Amino acid sequence: MRHQKIALVIMAVLFALAPLAVYPVFIMKVMTFALFACAFNLLIGYGGLLSFGHAMFLGTAGYAAAHSAKVWGFPPELAILFGTGAAALLGVVTGLLAIRRQGIYFAMITLALAQMIYFYYLQVKFTGGEDGIQAVPRGTLFGFIDLSNIWAMYYTVLVIFLGGFLAIYRVIHSPFGQVLKCIRENEPRAISLGYDTTRYKLLAFVISATLAGLAGATKALVFQLASLTDVHWTMSGEVVLMTLLGGLGTIFGPVVGALIIISMENYLAQLGAWVTIVQGVIFVVCVLTFRRGVIGELASFLKKPL
Amino acid sequence: MTEIFGIPTQALFGQLLIGLINGSFYALLSLGLAVIFGLLNIINFAHGAQYMLGAFCAYFLLNKWGLGYWWALVIAPIAVGITGVIIERTMLKPLYKLDHLYGLLLTFGLALVIQGLFRNEFGSSGLPYPITKELTGGHNLGFMFLPTYRAWVIVASLAICLATWFMIERTRLGAYLRAATENPQLVQAFGINVPRMITLTYGFGVGLAALAGVMAGPIYQVSPQMGADLIIVVFAVVVIGGMGSIMGSIVTGFGLGVIEGLTKVFYPEASNTVIFIIMAIVLLIKPAGLFGTQK
Repeated sequence: MRHQKIALVIMAVLFALAPLAVYPVFIMKVMTFALFACAFNLLIGYGGLLSFGHAMFLGTAGYAAAHSAKVWGFPPELAILFGTGAAALLGVVTGLLAIRRQGIYFAMITLALAQMIYFYYLQVKFTGGEDGIQAVPRGTLFGFIDLSNIWAMYYTVLVIFLGGFLAIYRVIHSPFGQVLKCIRENEPRAISLGYDTTRYKLLAFVISATLAGLAGATKALVFQLASLTDVHWTMSGEVVLMTLLGGLGTIFGPVVGALIIISMENYLAQLGAWVTIVQGVIFVVCVLTFRRGVIGELASFLKKPL
Repeated sequence: MTEIFGIPTQALFGQLLIGLINGSFYALLSLGLAVIFGLLNIINFAHGAQYMLGAFCAYFLLNKWGLGYWWALVIAPIAVGITGVIIERTMLKPLYKLDHLYGLLLTFGLALVIQGLFRNEFGSSGLPYPITKELTGGHNLGFMFLPTYRAWVIVASLAICLATWFMIERTRLGAYLRAATENPQLVQAFGINVPRMITLTYGFGVGLAALAGVMAGPIYQVSPQMGADLIIVVFAVVVIGGMGSIMGSIVTGFGLGVIEGLTKVFYPEASNTVIFIIMAIVLLIKPAGLFGTQK
């Protein structure tokens, strides 16, 4: 466990110092996606449940935060809280439906539910349809930190990211996390030991949805925009890709995966459809030859779980 | 003008027809998915992309070599089916011993690559594919106008679905297939080449998708994205029907198409989401799906 804590400190310091060298908005984007991917990884990596609809939580929280900040004039802390809460609520409802089936069906159901949510947001008025909710005010955090200042915003995002990351770290190492791993490895055995596996899976789903929502709400404030992109199935695919590339079921993998994918998109942005093609190729290569991902390979090289 | 429930019959039957057409494609695609899933235990996420490949194949045949619709109906499924065989042999095969989710991820990646390549080449707008001259025109049935091509699509896909059902449920080959679905090791021990059967099954399922694509070309245009959103609806159809039975996929496919069409008449706002809502309800009442059995 010690080396994980050391790695955690290194990561925190790197992110704290990164804006000295790199464009801060880019790092903020990486951090929100890293949190999103970590939340997703909690479900697949530790619960063995592949959700193909996690974009619905990211997008819902984004819309809720953006709407509450822009139309209702919520301060940023409440807007983020409101967005996260909306995602958590959606997580409860969709989770109750999705955990009724396992494995491949679970993936298809989450994908279909997310598509339903997408069409809903496409039609309702408050989301602004194709335009999205633009010019969302960042506001002043707790009434005295002006988030229109890029540094204030940056370190707020850093705190949220580290907070979310620590929460996931804590969940993974808690007795709850151990039971979750047990369910992933052998569900009938977990049931025979007296665990109500459905309840554990639902709770894992809701925690994952909530933290994905936290990422989405933060993202909406950072970019001052909530749009359909965040709810579309391509976004759900992207978070799967980040986690797969970084390493399924590793603690730091999703962060590395998010960093690589976001950087790649940044460099390839002007090439249009090539981004999709490269993403597809990474998927294929990862599944065929690189299933442990970057951090998974590193961990097996160091012989220590990361 | 005559009305039923305050809706002009023209509109009602028009939407019913569109519903049946959509249902034809749902049935063909979910049938292919079910056949593939039965033997390979993977969900073929590339199914939508392969449906699109079928449509493009027909488009190329017509515009590059002047081979018309009837040729396309034969050549496109075989050509796309062969690419499916290659994919199975080179990429899916190593994954069978792993978690089934990897098959899903791999085919998702393939779908992104295929769709991305075509979008790069042809943009997002659709290309027209003319209706072959034997099937142009239509009949006035008194209460509605029935275009010949649309009637053909419904009849043809129904026939293909039933033929597939017959092959799987009533022939010796189908019996091998069903046996291999239950217990591949045992079937192999009886001297049947199961790996080859798996390969051909994937090719067949993919071919069905391509066939649906050829038939869809003249109705919706030929475009790189034509399969991307459709496949998600088909997933919902598969969840509703349950993948246990071939007949189940056919009935659910057509049925949901009709329900979607009727929703367009009575409550258009929900027409995009109605299938997903039905899926949620079915999950609450019968989680294994209408025709499925929970393992």
